[in-house]
Amino acid sequence: MNNHLKTLEEESIYILREVAAQFERPALLFSGGKDSITLVHLARKAFFPAKFPFPLVHIDTGHNFEETIVFRDWLVNKVGAQLIVGSVQDSIDQKKVAEETGKYASRNALQTVTLLDTIERNKFDACIGGARRDEEKARAKERIFSVRDDFGQWDPKRQRPEIWHHLNGMINFGENVRVFPISNWTELDVWSYIKQENMDLPSIYFTHKRNVFERDGLIFPASPYINMDGEDIFETDVRFRTVGDMSCTAAVLSTADNVDDIITEIKASTISERGARFDDKRSEAAMEKRKLAGYF
Amino acid sequence: MELLKFSTAGSVDDGKSTLIGRLLYDTNSLTTDQIQAVEAASKRKGFDYLDLSLLTDGLSAEREQGITIDVAHIYFNTDKRKFIIADTPGHVEYTRNMVTGSSNSQLSIILIDARKGVIEQTHRHFFIANLLQIPEVIVCVNKMDLVDYSEDTFNNIRIEFEEFVRGFDRLHQNLTFIPASSLKGDNIVNKGESMDWYNGPTLLEYLENVQVNQDVNITDARFPVQYVIRPQSEEYHDYRGYAGNVASGKFNVGDEVVAFPSGLTSKIKQITTFDGNLETAEAKQSVTLLLEDEIDITRGNLIAKAGNGPRVEKEFTAQLCWMDTTASIPGGKYIIQHSNNRVKAMLKDVEFIVNTSTLEKDTERKQLKLNDIAQVQIKTAQPLFFDSYEQNKVNGSFIIIDEGTKSTVAAGVIL
Repeated sequence: MNNHLKTLEEESIYILREVAAQFERPALLFSGGKDSITLVHLARKAFFPAKFPFPLVHIDTGHNFEETIVFRDWLVNKVGAQLIVGSVQDSIDQKKVAEETGKYASRNALQTVTLLDTIERNKFDACIGGARRDEEKARAKERIFSVRDDFGQWDPKRQRPEIWHHLNGMINFGENVRVFPISNWTELDVWSYIKQENMDLPSIYFTHKRNVFERDGLIFPASPYINMDGEDIFETDVRFRTVGDMSCTAAVLSTADNVDDIITEIKASTISERGARFDDKRSEAAMEKRKLAGYF
Repeated sequence: MELLKFSTAGSVDDGKSTLIGRLLYDTNSLTTDQIQAVEAASKRKGFDYLDLSLLTDGLSAEREQGITIDVAHIYFNTDKRKFIIADTPGHVEYTRNMVTGSSNSQLSIILIDARKGVIEQTHRHFFIANLLQIPEVIVCVNKMDLVDYSEDTFNNIRIEFEEFVRGFDRLHQNLTFIPASSLKGDNIVNKGESMDWYNGPTLLEYLENVQVNQDVNITDARFPVQYVIRPQSEEYHDYRGYAGNVASGKFNVGDEVVAFPSGLTSKIKQITTFDGNLETAEAKQSVTLLLEDEIDITRGNLIAKAGNGPRVEKEFTAQLCWMDTTASIPGGKYIIQHSNNRVKAMLKDVEFIVNTSTLEKDTERKQLKLNDIAQVQIKTAQPLFFDSYEQNKVNGSFIIIDEGTKSTVAAGVIL
């Protein structure tokens, strides 16, 4: 096995076992993206031959790629996990959040409210997420065990020091912890690992023909969830590099139909992974602001 | 490909951000949108150059003040190695962040501004590298372009640094000196033409070739139990596996082992992983051990090879870095997290507090404040099973947790 992937894997397994040991009601936040799929794979390894001792939680924006939902249900069945779905539509119906309006309306930011609601309802004390530090500069400052207050907020100035391998998951009543076992992985590491472990992925990561339109130099999937502004729709070969809410995830022109080609493509790419995410382009501190509010 | 974790310490003034920016830029690790974002932000601030610190200072407060406050992790790779940089601040008020960032590093880069030479901050950076026993230290004398690439200046700094280092009781480091200009790119990734008198490696060459994992203890087998795996399924009816990460040494199937604290012995029946059973498990591997006999073992217990056990003690001497804004309570009660074990503990005595730049010891003050580094006596309610940090980093370090706030208030190494 590749040496540095082995090092990363051992570290992630160690972290996942710490979560199971230190918390009473942990959960794994599953988006259907490659990072959370990698987490599920690592969790299976960490507790083998037992099943991993936490449910999968999906925050459903209602604006998903259908392929991701199909994949989610297939995977849940395959690994025999419990699935809990938190619905953004429910939060809207309960008037806890209001749908954004205008050309750039997206449900991505609304997820935070549904997430915090789901955490509270299920009394989760730790939520495992697939965020990586290489994704974004505010995430580069994130701890592996990230303590959130009663309101789910991140306070970057009051982060606990994380020294050596010691992870301190002690919390007071009402607080909870976000855990990021693949903090130290890069996008390329995740893809190399997917290849090495021969992991299954949703089909939208690979090339397919799709109706798309261009906006601000990025290519978006044509869908009823996006407020079109008279842009022209055309069909072309695309794939997705990151999978989020349909309204904020741009596609890349690509004919890569296998993991090797994707790795070659990423190595040669001159834009970063989150360069295709519209939610991060809103301002220089977009991610930091969302994290302060409880985003993962 | 191997992984090397290294840390940098310094402030913006030392050219630390420029150095990291140069490493990323010259190894083609930056993407177009990252460079564009930096360009736009630099322009907004009215700079006529690329402010590369904007790449690493991820918090609004840091960009506002132009300083690094918290540790940032930066990732890049070359054909030879994958690197993780823990970018840490340099000012005294952020000593705890420096300790945090350096704790998992195999190598530390100490930056010196060639115009200023060895300053108070340099002392502190080396002190921390020494406290944590980081095996490799690179002293990078930066901004050589501003001293006409003078060999004498470089040599004088080197002599001064070596003199300071002689004041330490114990030296754990291999020291390497590199003259560089991160602004011009000399001796960072490429050699450049300005310092013909220097025949050593560039910074990147050194990082790519230095031996890693020199700090792993390969002789004393220690397995802290993290979690007990009991599938309770038909197929694995009586399965009882002890999951953990091998702290040091190695374990083979058939080895006779002792469990602490019970002292009971057994033999290793099987070493399990998802990818198949192993004959041997070595340091840093996450595995599950099955024993021949059913003995009582839970999380926090330690499995060691028979005949080579850890120290089992309730009182010990340690060096601490106090990391909380609330000062320590002399004689106060805390929780110690060592390995996978949490026990109540008392801060029995503060022997001395060290001034990290002059190395002077204060034996009067008994209360530890934020960023203090001290030698203390600790007493625990139950015995811990440990080794000295010098012998075994993983099994010789601990953190102190405040029972009320649940915060990590100190990091310690056992003497």
